[in-house]
Amino acid sequence: MDLLLGAVLLGVLLGCFYAAVSVGLSVSFGLLDVPHVAHPAFLVLASYGVYQLNESYDIDPLLAGLAITPLFFLFGLIAYRVYYETFERRGSDAAVRGIAFFFGIAFIIEVLIILQFGVDQRSVSATYIGKSWRFGEFRIPIRQLVAFAVALTLTALLAIYLSKTFMGRAIRAVAQDEEALRLMGANPVRIKQFAFGIATAVLGIAGALLIIVAPVEPTLDRAYIGRTFCVVVMAGLGSISGTLIAAVILGVAESIVLTMFGASWAPAISFAMLLAVLAVRPQGLLGR
Amino acid sequence: MKRRTFLGGAMAVAVVGHGSNALAQQPPIKIGMSMPQTGGLAGGGKASLLGIEIWRDDINAKGGLLGRKVELVVYDDKSSASETPAIYAKLVDVDKVDLLFAPYATVPTAPIMPFVKQRGLLLMGNFSFQVNSKVGHDMWFNNAPWGPADSWAASFLDLAQKAGGKNMALLTADQEFAQNLAVTARDVAKQRNIPVVFDQVYPPSTVEFASIIRALNAAKPDIVYVASYPPDSAGILRAVNEIGVSDNVKIFGGGMVGLQFAAVMSNLGSLLNGVVNYNTWLPEKSMYFDGTKDFFDKYTKRAIEAKVDPLGYYLAPFGYAMGQMIEAAVNSTKSLDQKGIAKYLRENEHKTIVGPIAFSADGERKETATLQAQFRGVKDKDIDQFRSSGKQVILFPDKLKTGELISPFEAARK
Repeated sequence: MDLLLGAVLLGVLLGCFYAAVSVGLSVSFGLLDVPHVAHPAFLVLASYGVYQLNESYDIDPLLAGLAITPLFFLFGLIAYRVYYETFERRGSDAAVRGIAFFFGIAFIIEVLIILQFGVDQRSVSATYIGKSWRFGEFRIPIRQLVAFAVALTLTALLAIYLSKTFMGRAIRAVAQDEEALRLMGANPVRIKQFAFGIATAVLGIAGALLIIVAPVEPTLDRAYIGRTFCVVVMAGLGSISGTLIAAVILGVAESIVLTMFGASWAPAISFAMLLAVLAVRPQGLLGR
Repeated sequence: MKRRTFLGGAMAVAVVGHGSNALAQQPPIKIGMSMPQTGGLAGGGKASLLGIEIWRDDINAKGGLLGRKVELVVYDDKSSASETPAIYAKLVDVDKVDLLFAPYATVPTAPIMPFVKQRGLLLMGNFSFQVNSKVGHDMWFNNAPWGPADSWAASFLDLAQKAGGKNMALLTADQEFAQNLAVTARDVAKQRNIPVVFDQVYPPSTVEFASIIRALNAAKPDIVYVASYPPDSAGILRAVNEIGVSDNVKIFGGGMVGLQFAAVMSNLGSLLNGVVNYNTWLPEKSMYFDGTKDFFDKYTKRAIEAKVDPLGYYLAPFGYAMGQMIEAAVNSTKSLDQKGIAKYLRENEHKTIVGPIAFSADGERKETATLQAQFRGVKDKDIDQFRSSGKQVILFPDKLKTGELISPFEAARK
């Protein structure tokens, strides 16, 4: 019973981390319908930015994540504008060609990271990495608690921003009916570009969490493509709170399977859950 | 000058000129290989390739092989088993290479074994484990120090049993190398009546190991044998540090790939203390042979520029040794006949910078030279500490031993 309880607790922490790395995709893919397969590559790039600041100036990884957020916002604005001008503006098969575009970007990011940092694993140092809190016989890694707290805050802030602010509502509106928004005199492209910037900016913090939880290497993005898209689709496209719920479900399922049933089943179980959710609720847990 | 003397001199100059020109124009000897330059194995692949390149430069500086320059034809296999069969077919059929070196590691090497056997080609193996056990190719020679298949697990379990270990937990990555190692570990445990109380195979995409370590602890093992790949080894040790293991555990480690690479070692720092893990070369007095120091002097200079492992202990000298063995075989047989080279490699002992190497009939080393070493007194964030002796105390083999096992594991970590 202790083992199961521990697995659930560690699973919730792991799930919140999955939410943090997926929440940007929930905006870019879920709300904006941009086939952003380079999302995990952006995430890994952010981790390397955090690594560089931590290594060179000994800045705390979370502060380093915050520091690179404006740069990533700018990066997101540029990436969307290129995507829009090259693909989205030109026609109905934009999504298919957009996938190729973002795959290309992901590949370029990988190569640039390799050229700059080499292929070895990189990690950061902070007082909370490698230590744990003890509750009786049970020990929880502090880095996971940090990831949990930051992920919850990040998700909550993004949810509040999208539901309470004028720009946030505009982003939701453009996701619901772009044409209607255009008729009301707004510029949907600018709103989408801004939203993509926000989706990329949050990766600054998510990238910090990624390198806090485990070391990174240039091709790590491939391990996260499946997980992040799984979380966003299971959540229901564009649902921020759904992303948190879906990520926690995935984290708990993985943790229980890893602990109780055998590690090799973990990936299969998570994708089986995705299929089950889609079969019962095609719009996802909290779909549009 | 008499006309006859002038003509004679001119002819001599022409003949010598023509001769040396012909020598210079001889095509190079091409050695083909794929090597992981990207993906999870790239760290090792790049260091291994640098070791081979240093040999190439040394041999070319000496005039080449059979008077011909040596040229390497290298492709990136992206650490993927699906890439290598096509690459090796291209090397043989399109690039027409004269000799083949295998890529670093078991996973990319395993799928090319049927091809080289079918074509009757010599393959110098590069740190793979048991890829020839089922194929049975008689022109395969592995540069790795593993030796007989069970010696790796046996040496670890010898240490474990001497420390009082009576049952074992096995934690292994779901890929070719780790699974081959797990098979031998289970066999050796069975022969010695050591029950396996925990046997988990984790997928390579596993992010967090805390749950697995909790499950492992619940089985209360005395011996923990881990066969992991570089991305996972760090995750496992972090989780062990945070979750802890019980005082029952006498020894922890065995087959963790990555704990030999400078970046990983530097990242993990003091988390390495107490772990007993395999290794291939360590900076201890007993491990220097003819040329070893010269090699590391060259490697250390070139590694910085090439952005590869600054220590390079694990693979690079063995890459150089592959070249040395080919050099000895080609020079002795005075040809590039692959059957002749294979016969020479099989029947002789070879002097290399990593010590003498002799092969069994299966192409693996006759005698194991795989080290089991315990990390001691490692500090955080200091690569240079690993250049001095004593940070990894050699426990096995006896002739290279530099200290005794500290057990249990929790005590050794302090």
